[in-house]
Amino acid sequence: MPSINDILILLPEAYLVVAACVLLLLDAYLKPAQKGIVHWLSIVVLLVGAYLVVDGQPATSVTAFSGMFVRDGVSEVLKLFSLLIMAVIFVYARPYLKERAIPFGEFYTLSIFATVGIMFLVAAGNLVTVYLGLELLTLSSYALVALNRDSQLSSEAAIKYFVLGALASGMLLYGMSMVYGATHSLDLHTIHAAIVGTEWKTLLLFGLVFMIVGIGFKLGAAPFHMWIPDVYQGSPTAVTVFIGSAQKLAAFGMAYRLLSTGMGDIAGGAAGLAPQWQMMLAVLAVLSLAIGNLVAIVQSNLKRLLAYSTISHMGYLLVGLVNAGPEGYSASMFYAVSYALTSAAAFGMILVLSRSGFECEEIDDLRGLNQRSPWFAFLMLLVMFSLAGVPPLFGFFGKLLVLKAAIDAGMLWLAIVGAVFAIIGLYYYLRVVKVMYFDTPVEGKDVHARADAPARWVLSINALALLVLGFTWAPLLAWCQRAFAG
Amino acid sequence: MSNHLLSLLIWLPVVGAVPVLLAGAGRPGLARWISLLVAVATFAASLALLPAYDAATGTLQLGESLSWIPSLGINYSLAVDGISVALIILTTFVQILVIVGAWEIIQNKPHQYMAAMLVLEGLMIGVFCATDALLFYVFFEAMLIPMFILIGIWGGPRRVYATLKFFIYTFFGSIFMLIGLIYLYHKTGGSFAIADMANVHLTLTEQAWLFFAFLLGFAIKVPMVPVHTWLPDAHVEAPTGGSVVLAAVMLKIGGYGFLRFSLPITPDASHEFAWLVIVLSLIAVCYIGYIALVQQDMKKLVAYSSIAHMGFVTLGIFIAFLLVRDSNNPDAARLGMQGAMVQMISHGFISGAMFTCIGVLYDRMHTRQIKDYGGVINVMPVFAPFYVLFAMANSGLPGTSGFVGEFMVILASFSANPWIALFGAFTLIIGAAYTLWMVKRVLWGDIKNKHVAELKDVNGREIFVLSAFAAGVLVLGIWPEPLVHLMDASVARLVEQLAITKV
Repeated sequence: MPSINDILILLPEAYLVVAACVLLLLDAYLKPAQKGIVHWLSIVVLLVGAYLVVDGQPATSVTAFSGMFVRDGVSEVLKLFSLLIMAVIFVYARPYLKERAIPFGEFYTLSIFATVGIMFLVAAGNLVTVYLGLELLTLSSYALVALNRDSQLSSEAAIKYFVLGALASGMLLYGMSMVYGATHSLDLHTIHAAIVGTEWKTLLLFGLVFMIVGIGFKLGAAPFHMWIPDVYQGSPTAVTVFIGSAQKLAAFGMAYRLLSTGMGDIAGGAAGLAPQWQMMLAVLAVLSLAIGNLVAIVQSNLKRLLAYSTISHMGYLLVGLVNAGPEGYSASMFYAVSYALTSAAAFGMILVLSRSGFECEEIDDLRGLNQRSPWFAFLMLLVMFSLAGVPPLFGFFGKLLVLKAAIDAGMLWLAIVGAVFAIIGLYYYLRVVKVMYFDTPVEGKDVHARADAPARWVLSINALALLVLGFTWAPLLAWCQRAFAG
Repeated sequence: MSNHLLSLLIWLPVVGAVPVLLAGAGRPGLARWISLLVAVATFAASLALLPAYDAATGTLQLGESLSWIPSLGINYSLAVDGISVALIILTTFVQILVIVGAWEIIQNKPHQYMAAMLVLEGLMIGVFCATDALLFYVFFEAMLIPMFILIGIWGGPRRVYATLKFFIYTFFGSIFMLIGLIYLYHKTGGSFAIADMANVHLTLTEQAWLFFAFLLGFAIKVPMVPVHTWLPDAHVEAPTGGSVVLAAVMLKIGGYGFLRFSLPITPDASHEFAWLVIVLSLIAVCYIGYIALVQQDMKKLVAYSSIAHMGFVTLGIFIAFLLVRDSNNPDAARLGMQGAMVQMISHGFISGAMFTCIGVLYDRMHTRQIKDYGGVINVMPVFAPFYVLFAMANSGLPGTSGFVGEFMVILASFSANPWIALFGAFTLIIGAAYTLWMVKRVLWGDIKNKHVAELKDVNGREIFVLSAFAAGVLVLGIWPEPLVHLMDASVARLVEQLAITKV
């Protein structure tokens, strides 16, 4: 029976749901001039949520509602960073939403609901929780993508996202049903034990394939990446930044729960289906690296470029997961966090440089940025080199860890593939730097950082963190390793 | 203070770049003076290495070590031996001249130029100090960022092409080195310390793979034939200061990498494939010499001559394997290695000086084509002697630094195989041919066009820079003993290591 203890374990999520409802009500009763309050309140709500996540964190892994919900180190790290990144996104989004008259209240409430979805997804101990978390997250995201309802591009993106997303959810559910049929359980640990005990794996393998389709879709790994470029480009940038950063943490959490906890793990000798999903992920990784990096080269739209770059980055994340051991998981989680921080800064830059009637989303719009705003050009340089994986920036160390995890798993070839595509990827990141630093600005397209001061300050801190974390990433790594050690 | 001397050397210029940037575009004078101050302070600090370093033992000294990433066993550990000390002082010395050289030449955002130069300096010093492979790699790669910016913003007309090629080419080489390093980390059981990597037992096959991973990384940096094609482009398009740093210091990092990684970690594979490197070096010396001969562009000519001279460095390093293992002649091996080191330092002065000279001409005429010049000596009587001196040094005239290193390497190769020495000695002819022919066409003869007739001679600032380079070239040529002594014990230790098989 659910007890008060179960509720306490769920406290951060419960609190956020209540807070989101309150915000929704408040927004409905505020005068248009006072809507700014909602903005600041929602940031406070997220920060308090982050505090609750860390403060109530039990020393060991605990479960609530008969194993439906897990609160462990992994969920702590993922939740905390999701909440913090969401708070950062809210700061970036304000001037953008204000200038485009996109409704404030809906944006914040939907985003907070999506965040709750992320928190359930990464803390799932049961297939049903995975599905519930995923649906809460994606349904809120569909609405967010369509938020700018007068824009054709935005509506098109929302329809595409919804149709493909629903298909992927269906696939996932279908896979889950097969796994349920084979193991007679929805609980991930029970499934794991049943898989290790059984010899008859055909049905399970079918189920696994369908679940990997669902995971691949959520990650945006090739060949399930088709929605990424259109959705990234079509969504209001304030929503793209959310899909491009915090959601990647959710996708990693979902992959970890379903594959490692559910389908098998090489740690402890009982491999289950680990060898099978390792190979499947390796294929996804290589395809994502190839498609993401090669197609990004020809993009002229910055949002699309970052979309293809996401695909390639998910390839690297998968390179780490292929390891299928604690070391690989911690490397991948580190990668997910570093990528989420970097891409938040990258999209944040687009938000800060946009102004009413002008989306700074073509690469050419950045021409000669160094002449006009040397500081923001420098920040964007940091972001680009971090994405490209050039030391001493944060992004390099994520790559180092996933390549190391692949080599430790005996997959030297995969590490070499990763390295080769890092060289190819370097080209298009350098192209952005080239446009900002080496080209002269075009008359009439004077890009300036016009966003309000909080957005500019937070963006500066966000981008500088990529440099600072390049020197001080030890605690984060230790934290990620601790999360998977138990 | 002396415990943290190396950290000071690395971070002083990097941190010093911040006030230079803050001075901003509005106060170029302030930015210049701060950067000069930082460069001089760094040079002074690097001179403090000389008394602090005990050249008699040749071990790694002045070590500092901090745990950087405890859970992976990565350390921020620094130390220097004689070779690094010499290269660090070369770096800090050249940096002052580069900053003075760019004084009023760089008008477009001088504060960013100076700051990039200072950051670059700190990172290059970091490469020479790091004893942890990952730390080395971080400096090695980070160095590309300021250089990319330097060529891209202040370069010539095809600067974007050149700088992208430079960055991607070098990144391509080093990423495989990174894979090799991670593999070694796996082998050592969790240590990135270069010393631990050197102690690990590796089969010949593993060594061969690692050797080629390192070779790719360092050969591109040196650069060796056939992966040298980025260098002429980068040199031609880079601003004068960028060319000077590239030729004087950055290329040396390739040679230094061979010493730090290939030799101690994969000695058997290095021995196995020494013939390959020697053949490539000889191709660089002879064939690239011929290519230099036909160049129309002065900078390109000096760039190709750099490749040829760096061929001596790789030749001197790898000839040692033949001498130690096949001919059992460690003394000659030591001579060859010593020669390679002297050649590195000397080439630093000479190539830096040559590029500065070309820069002086380019600033006045805005052309680097040899055919646009002629009879320059008639209008620039002070400049001409410097140009002739550096040209002589470049062709290896005894009494200049260019002679010492090449002669030592040729002597050592003779003990290994007279044919190698013969091909190596070829440089004395071909080097003289391309350099002196250029001097003839640029300096001598009658004034052929009116732009040359209007040339103004060098000013005080330029005389200072050229004199400093000239002093380096002459002192090293006449009295190389202090430099040889500084590096001797360290080289001897390296040669001892070569003899130990790891299989």
